[in-house]
Amino acid sequence: METSIYSVIAFYGLAITILGNATLVIFARNIVHSVLFLAVTFIAMGGLFLLLDADFLAAVQVLVYAGAVCIMVVFGIMLIQRSDMKATNLFNRQTFAGAGLVALVVAMCAVFAGRTAWTDLVAAGEVPANTVQAIGELMLSKYVIPFEVAALLLLVALIGAIVIARDEEVKANAGN
Amino acid sequence: MLENLFVGIAQWLRALLGGVGVPVEINEAIVMLVKLVAILVFILINALWLVYMERKVAAYMQARIGPNRVGPKGLLQTTADIGKLISKEIIIPKKADIAVFLISPVLIFVPTLMVFAVIPFGKNMAAIDMNIGVFYLLAIASLSTMIFWMGGWASNSKYSLIGAMRVVAQMVSYELPLVLGLLGVIMIVGSMNMSDIIAAQEHTWFIFTQPVAFLIYFAAAVAETNRCPFDLVEGESEIIAGPYTEYGGMAFAMYFLAEYANIMVICAMATIMFFGGWHAPFGLTFIPSWVWFFLKMYALIFIVMQLRWTYPRIRVDQLMGFSWKVLVPLALANIFITGIGMKIYQAMGW
Repeated sequence: METSIYSVIAFYGLAITILGNATLVIFARNIVHSVLFLAVTFIAMGGLFLLLDADFLAAVQVLVYAGAVCIMVVFGIMLIQRSDMKATNLFNRQTFAGAGLVALVVAMCAVFAGRTAWTDLVAAGEVPANTVQAIGELMLSKYVIPFEVAALLLLVALIGAIVIARDEEVKANAGN
Repeated sequence: MLENLFVGIAQWLRALLGGVGVPVEINEAIVMLVKLVAILVFILINALWLVYMERKVAAYMQARIGPNRVGPKGLLQTTADIGKLISKEIIIPKKADIAVFLISPVLIFVPTLMVFAVIPFGKNMAAIDMNIGVFYLLAIASLSTMIFWMGGWASNSKYSLIGAMRVVAQMVSYELPLVLGLLGVIMIVGSMNMSDIIAAQEHTWFIFTQPVAFLIYFAAAVAETNRCPFDLVEGESEIIAGPYTEYGGMAFAMYFLAEYANIMVICAMATIMFFGGWHAPFGLTFIPSWVWFFLKMYALIFIVMQLRWTYPRIRVDQLMGFSWKVLVPLALANIFITGIGMKIYQAMGW
């Protein structure tokens, strides 16, 4: 990890971009704008990974979050019929539940931040130039069970989607 | 001398700035900036020229002559067209989402430019030699879906909206076979670095060891650039011009030029992954490596253009079926067979 003046400047630039856009995601009243701000937030987070020399993770961040998750939201928007998009991302009145959830998330972040040995991480020094191989080996050795479970989950989701789509078709044909 | 022309220019620039006493970091930044500007100019000039090439190819395939009035052999035709488009008014529809509507054609070139940064045009000629080059390219390229959708959605017109829906569905569907097709090559090389992939093809191009992967990649890539026979996105007989329907003047031209820049990307990528990149065939190494790269790239671009004027457009349901029921299973089978083949070769001790 570099600690030159340039990386510090880059970090604060990215941090401002991320926080600013994340705020705009919440406060934009048009859900289409929210999605676009969300995409910018994800891409800037990819920049943070780059700053930590994790280039593979940065590319994954862009591909999966900005490229796929935002597109899923886009599908959702296009499938919902709505003549006016002006007030589609409004606040609800669940103040207490919301505050509780936010407090929980902040507490969790604080606990993890407190438990991480930051000085050791910085002292560990150089990140290997080629992280892909190491990640691949870990995924198929130490973390093979979570990896396979995630794959299974995706398979179930895929089959579920097909079953739901097919069911509609059969019903429609029966109706005719 | 010619072989190292561009590398030499970069070194000369570095030495010049170093001689004047510019600090190393700023020196590197300036060299990188010059490289990126050079790439940008290169893309724009190429996109302009490819529009002309497309019109000429189309004309000859239809027994016409094509543009032949402006400049020698009509070479300045597209320059004149761009001049006209710049002077035109950009009409903003009354109900459009103005900010998104105007940002989309501006952003459309960004992923393309970012992708070109990692493409090695010749020996030692990648602006950035990245370890995860191929993966980076795929990740950045996936962003353009969003930008097309922005344009189509913000126009607030029926044709644009249908076009935007088709863009999203088509580009997401064909991204999968594209990635899976390239995986066969990456498995053999064991690296996602483009220079490594090219180096691995010194003796045998991957088109010979991975022919199925090439066909899958090429079909998916043509679909990703929304070119005929997969040009449902802008199917003019059905939805006028798809997402670009409401755009006029230079805003439209940006989409138009981006399409040609994207054709360059997919053909450059095919050259790198399957046609040995800048390696010279038959030992003809007296011709500089970058000339070989461009020759292969333009040959592929020519094929893409021929496809457009040869095949009719396919239907929407055929489009989706072709991706999910033909290309994806085929790509998965290719990965499976490649894996088995690699193990057999290892067992045989090759």
